[in-house]
Amino acid sequence: MGNLTPELAAMRDQTRDLAKSYGLDFYEVIFELVDYDELNMIASYGGFPVRYPHWRWGMEYEQLSKSYQYGLSKIYELVINNDPCYAYLMRSNALTEQKLVMAHVYGHCDFFKNNAWFSHTSRKMMDVLANHGSRVRRYMDRYGQSTVEDFIDVVHSLDNLIDPYSPYIERGTDARSEAKERADSSNKEVQKIAAKDYMDRYINPPDFIKAEQERLDKRQEQAHRFPARPSRDVLKFLMEHAPLETWQQDLLAMLREEAYYFAPQGMTKIMNEGWAVYWHSTMMTRHLCQAGEIVQYCDTHSGTLATRPGQINPYKMGVELFRDIEERWNKGRFGADYMRCEDPEMRRKWDTGAGEGRKKVFDVRRIYNDVTFVDEFITPEFAEDQKMFIYGQDRQTGQYVIVDRDYTKVKKQLLKALTNFGNPIIKVADGNHENRGELVLQHEWVGGDLQLDQAQMTLKSLFAMWKRPVHIRTMIDGKGRLLSFDGKESTSQEIETDDPATGRVGTADE
Amino acid sequence: MAVRRIDQDHTRFRHIVKGRIKRDLKKFVSSGELIGKQGKRYVSIPLPQINLPRFRFGKNENDGVGQGEGEEGEVAPGQEGDESGQGLAGENTGEHAIEVDVSLEDLAQILGEELELPNIEPRGNKNLTTQAGRYTGISKAGPMSLRHFKRTFKEALKRQISSGTYDPDNPMIVPIREDLRFRALQTRKQPEASAVVIYMMDVSGSMGREQKEMVRIEAFWIDTWLRHQYKNLEVRYIVHDAAANEVDQHTFFHLRESGGTKISSAYELALQMMRAKYPMSEWNVYPFHFSDGDNWSTRDTEHCIGLLKDSLLPMSNQFCYGQVKSAYGSGQFKKDLDGAFRGEDKVVTTDIPDRDGILPSIKSFLGKGR
Repeated sequence: MGNLTPELAAMRDQTRDLAKSYGLDFYEVIFELVDYDELNMIASYGGFPVRYPHWRWGMEYEQLSKSYQYGLSKIYELVINNDPCYAYLMRSNALTEQKLVMAHVYGHCDFFKNNAWFSHTSRKMMDVLANHGSRVRRYMDRYGQSTVEDFIDVVHSLDNLIDPYSPYIERGTDARSEAKERADSSNKEVQKIAAKDYMDRYINPPDFIKAEQERLDKRQEQAHRFPARPSRDVLKFLMEHAPLETWQQDLLAMLREEAYYFAPQGMTKIMNEGWAVYWHSTMMTRHLCQAGEIVQYCDTHSGTLATRPGQINPYKMGVELFRDIEERWNKGRFGADYMRCEDPEMRRKWDTGAGEGRKKVFDVRRIYNDVTFVDEFITPEFAEDQKMFIYGQDRQTGQYVIVDRDYTKVKKQLLKALTNFGNPIIKVADGNHENRGELVLQHEWVGGDLQLDQAQMTLKSLFAMWKRPVHIRTMIDGKGRLLSFDGKESTSQEIETDDPATGRVGTADE
Repeated sequence: MAVRRIDQDHTRFRHIVKGRIKRDLKKFVSSGELIGKQGKRYVSIPLPQINLPRFRFGKNENDGVGQGEGEEGEVAPGQEGDESGQGLAGENTGEHAIEVDVSLEDLAQILGEELELPNIEPRGNKNLTTQAGRYTGISKAGPMSLRHFKRTFKEALKRQISSGTYDPDNPMIVPIREDLRFRALQTRKQPEASAVVIYMMDVSGSMGREQKEMVRIEAFWIDTWLRHQYKNLEVRYIVHDAAANEVDQHTFFHLRESGGTKISSAYELALQMMRAKYPMSEWNVYPFHFSDGDNWSTRDTEHCIGLLKDSLLPMSNQFCYGQVKSAYGSGQFKKDLDGAFRGEDKVVTTDIPDRDGILPSIKSFLGKGR
């Protein structure tokens, strides 16, 4: 398997055995040696050269090739979540780099197999995508390349409208539980507690009864809504309810499946890279690096961990967090006693010799994702050690300046950026708006405005699928706003918000 | 390997890019943004809209989290001279604005298609020829790497059949030295047309920055088209106010003089150039003149018309005059030219009131296919 040279194959065996001895657990990894052009090509397809034809891969390829030719960037390694895992090594890399990459890859593969957020991803994705590819080709033969391509474009512009948590949640969406819900909410009057007349006012306070009645009425109204509950899986809703041809439905289903496959990688970017760096550095520095290779290794390694403004380097942040966790659990810096201790001097010297670090990092890699990882493990000390700050753009100079180093703010900003992969949270609110079959999406405003021109254009994509007027409710500059596209023109009008704090506009509660 | 999939996707992408440029050509032309990004053979075109639209957060959400030294209020570290980090591969889908390189050749083609420009029938090309070589010939001698397998096989088959050594039951063909055939370079004399563009521009006080920018944009597209039509294109620049001088490209577009305008001075200089170096028999000559339409005196205008009639026109393919609107220009010169050359195909005059006027002007200049 693979096409490694005997030297590289020996290296792979050594690295694999070492990784196993550390307790890493992975599917078989098949390494392929490729040149830069092949690697750019594979990377353009998101790691799957068997994917359906689309111009976007071509665009990606041009960008990658150009930036490689100009020496701006170079891909070291590429690994895909599959059983077996496929990993690509660049032929022109030095041996030391190949070693590093192999060790790194085993880290990723362990993560793919063991992290809970990947548990629902298909491990035969290479085959699945190849099937998708040939189906799309067949549709292209039958309906014409541009027709199919236009539809793929439409889906691509909506494919962030999925519910990344849905594969892990059993929702009561089947007909029976829905019926039950409807029956439950069919009570039209608030049930009063039986009481003597003169006590009634106290036992059933009119305010409460009124509020309860309103709640019931709302429930009642909701029961007749479509969808009954706002759904974050907009793609699924469209798949089930938009007036699509069967081939379009099939395509949408395929692309949705792909979106769900890739979602966990977006949800665990920091962790996944951090974990891989943690393991390549552990294995390289303790075992694999020869004395003569140290400089080369350090060069590559530090290039990977370099921080740049404007973005968090997930490699750096991830590995530092894992190391911090390991140290804290080695020294017993957790639990009630440590948390209660307010003396910074004592905290700094705290060491109970607990020695649970390695075990803890393995547990962490199993159950966390980036949001929970950052939320739980970034401590004030960590933020300070890592010199974390919030930056903002200076309006006058256009330069980015450090705005704040306050720990809670840094963390809040970080979490904001990670929530829903930094995408706005959008739900289907109403599929039969004004009883005219119009579609209303709801943007759950939590601190960031939508980019207006993009939103207007995306509505056109949505219209292409729904074929009736489409709207999205959102907040712009603190005011409720309804953006619409009716097939001819885009409009934007101010609307009332129910709750100025969050900008929720007439949403049903979930 | 057969045609790689990525090449198909890439071709498809290029196809879409060309479509976009064509669709937005007017915008690209009037914004003039391409000119600044011109390389030798490529133009870098920003195409942010090629990224599919999505519901995403607006650009004002510009703050983020970083790491490094510095006090609050200081510039965040590592912005200037920042080395692009080499990262291990990720799922990073770049959200940055896409810039696409398009060759000038393609750009000319797009311009031609969009404006429906006819190809130019070059004249006066009898003397200039180039040798174009293609491996279309066959020869008996050559390097083995150019061996023509099919022909060699045929020769061997013919020889074996005619000498009776061919056995249909055991159809083994063994070529000998005499059977070998090779691909050979066939040279063909190809006429090569040469052309020269002589740009003349009024740089007197009334031609402002915006006027010159418009001329610059127009000249860029004219160059691009003519370069597409002629293998060998020379460009000369003449500026004039009361007197004319030859200058280089940069000076041409940036020089600012004050003082009067004597158009004939430029025409005379152009004529000198043409007589000295660009005989009609070997060159396609394109004088272009841009001004805001003011001239020193009616007498000079008459002199210009005389020069055109007697010398310039017979020596050029076509004479083009573009009148850029300025706050001071009277616009008289165009009227005079139009009056004098009514019915003369070789003189094309256009009004360029603003940037949107550039494209129509180009169309009238180049639309005749001369």
